[in-house]
Amino acid sequence: MANITYHHAKGNVDSLDAEPGMTVMMAAVIHGVDGIIGECGGQAICATCHVYVRDEYLDGLPAISGAEEEMLETTVSPRNPARSRLGCQLTAGDHFNTIEVDIPDEQD
Amino acid sequence: MNAITTPDNVVVVGNGQAGIQLVDSLRKEGYTGAITLIGEETHHPYQRPPLSKDYLAAGKDPVPLPLRPEKFFTTHDVDARLGVRVTSIDRTARTATLDDGTTLAYSTLVLATGAANRELAVPGADLAGIHGLRTLTDAQALHARLDTVRSVVVIGAGFIGLEFAAAARARGLDVTVLEYADRPMGRALTPVMSGFFADAHGRLGVTLRLGEGIASFDGDNGHVTAAVSTTGHRYPTDLVLVGVGVTPRTELAAAAGLDVDNGIVVDGSLRTSDPNIYALGDCASFPNTHAGTRTRLESVQNATDQARHAAAAILASRPGKEPGSGTGVESGSMPGSEPAGGTGAELGGYADLPWFWSNQGPLRLQIAGLVAPGDQTVLRGNPAEEKFSVFCFRNGTLTAVESVNQPADHMAARRLLAAGLPLTPEQAADPDFDLKAYSKQQPATV
Ligand SMILES: Cc1cc2nc3c(=O)[nH]c(=O)nc-3n(C[C@H](O)[C@H](O)[C@H](O)COP(=O)(O)OP(=O)(O)OC[C@H]3O[C@@H](n4cnc5c(N)ncnc54)[C@H](O)[C@@H]3O)c2cc1C
Ligand code: FES
Repeated sequence: MANITYHHAKGNVDSLDAEPGMTVMMAAVIHGVDGIIGECGGQAICATCHVYVRDEYLDGLPAISGAEEEMLETTVSPRNPARSRLGCQLTAGDHFNTIEVDIPDEQD
Repeated sequence: MNAITTPDNVVVVGNGQAGIQLVDSLRKEGYTGAITLIGEETHHPYQRPPLSKDYLAAGKDPVPLPLRPEKFFTTHDVDARLGVRVTSIDRTARTATLDDGTTLAYSTLVLATGAANRELAVPGADLAGIHGLRTLTDAQALHARLDTVRSVVVIGAGFIGLEFAAAARARGLDVTVLEYADRPMGRALTPVMSGFFADAHGRLGVTLRLGEGIASFDGDNGHVTAAVSTTGHRYPTDLVLVGVGVTPRTELAAAAGLDVDNGIVVDGSLRTSDPNIYALGDCASFPNTHAGTRTRLESVQNATDQARHAAAAILASRPGKEPGSGTGVESGSMPGSEPAGGTGAELGGYADLPWFWSNQGPLRLQIAGLVAPGDQTVLRGNPAEEKFSVFCFRNGTLTAVESVNQPADHMAARRLLAAGLPLTPEQAADPDFDLKAYSKQQPATV
């Protein structure tokens, strides 16, 4: 089991266990974490799963693909050059065992 | 009928992509009246696109992706009823009747009934082992069977048929696709792009038989054993997936006397021929400014953008305002991110740019705009590398862009088409022309 912590703009926190293979987006959508919709089902074409990864968890994440790069340029909340990622591209087990992310203001 | 005395109650028929977004948008726009959402499927509302893609991958039972979390109905104060069907509408009394015997009064009724798979009428079509793919129940049945079969035949080389074919190939199954027309996905793609996908599926190991429709199925003990094509070829198989398109769910609307013509006919506000009834998503035939004609589209973009627009239109048209809700919100003002723009009475007709995606194995197809027969086409990039786009022009004007594994072209195309920024065929074909920078000259409206 991996662990994902979502920090909301208002200060509240959701912390979830996620099976390997679950993405940051899927776990949020299934468990009802506010601010993450996942409208394209995880295909990196909607940006409704934008999150800011906390610095200490950036290591080990996969490189940003061409598709993710395009979507990160269209996010509702401003992009953070180091920390912005699409939650659907971050997979428990493959990329992290523990991760903490901030949900962008405008999505929350 | 007395509009003023009717309490606010928006009744939504269908809890798919369009119905759920509509409910979400109504609340976001400040509507505080009652909402009743009715869906005949028993599952919590879920996303359909993954069903023909990730959901079919080998492995343990996949988890469907919900459209919204389960608590959504509580947090958004929605009276959600699952597993019940609306069986009739009385437009004079403004009521909807459900198959559990309940009758609901509405001030506004929204039809978001989606579409149903077209079924084959050939001999043997009712044998076991012949599947369709529209619902989670369909996908669960397929996922369970794919572990035990060795070969599959797909009827119809449309998006769902080919996504399924690619998913089945990824599991190592023998896959044959029968398509009556002379090219795959011919209704939606340019001949160039169809040709590319025909070849690409060949490289994936799919046997694509063009110009061959289905004539009949053979069976043994009530289970399908082979598909026989219109050219007399016989394809032994363990499982058949039928993907020959859908028909809009217009039965309720038709029975209620609303205009129906390949979909429930709506105007630019997504309103039917009855001003208290709206229709949107897969079931609605709307005046499409991008096609220059009335169309019905089947996509997530169409369902969600129409839902946002309909929510604004419903709020803008209400005779009485919400007591106690914020200023301006209830008159239908939309957030800045919404391209349809406009407030209250000025709310323009629905005109959002259509876009679509389909993932077939390693191929990510994205389409911005609508492809029409006879468009001039220009290539950008290299099909041999499976990374390229086809730019479509009509009378020198850019109309649509199809991209394979080129998300930057797709996003640039959406910006260009939405802003109406001119592009020449020469610019599109020139690899040194910076399409992305050019498309960003205008404020992004996608
Ligand atoms: C397998 C599959 C893959 C897809 N892939 C993609 C893709 O990659 N990209 C893309 O853009 N689009 C894709 N689509 C299309 C997209 O999912 C649809 O366009 C979208 O779901 C349409 O939403 P809707 O709300 O109009 O209809 P639906 O999602 O079909 O919802 C309508 C709901 O209304 C219910 N209903 C109907 N009549 C009644 C009644 N009388 N009473 C109660 N309930 C009723 C139905 O049971 C249904 O649940 C795919 C579709 C399928 C099936
Ligand atoms: S879910 Fe659409 S981009 Fe991540």
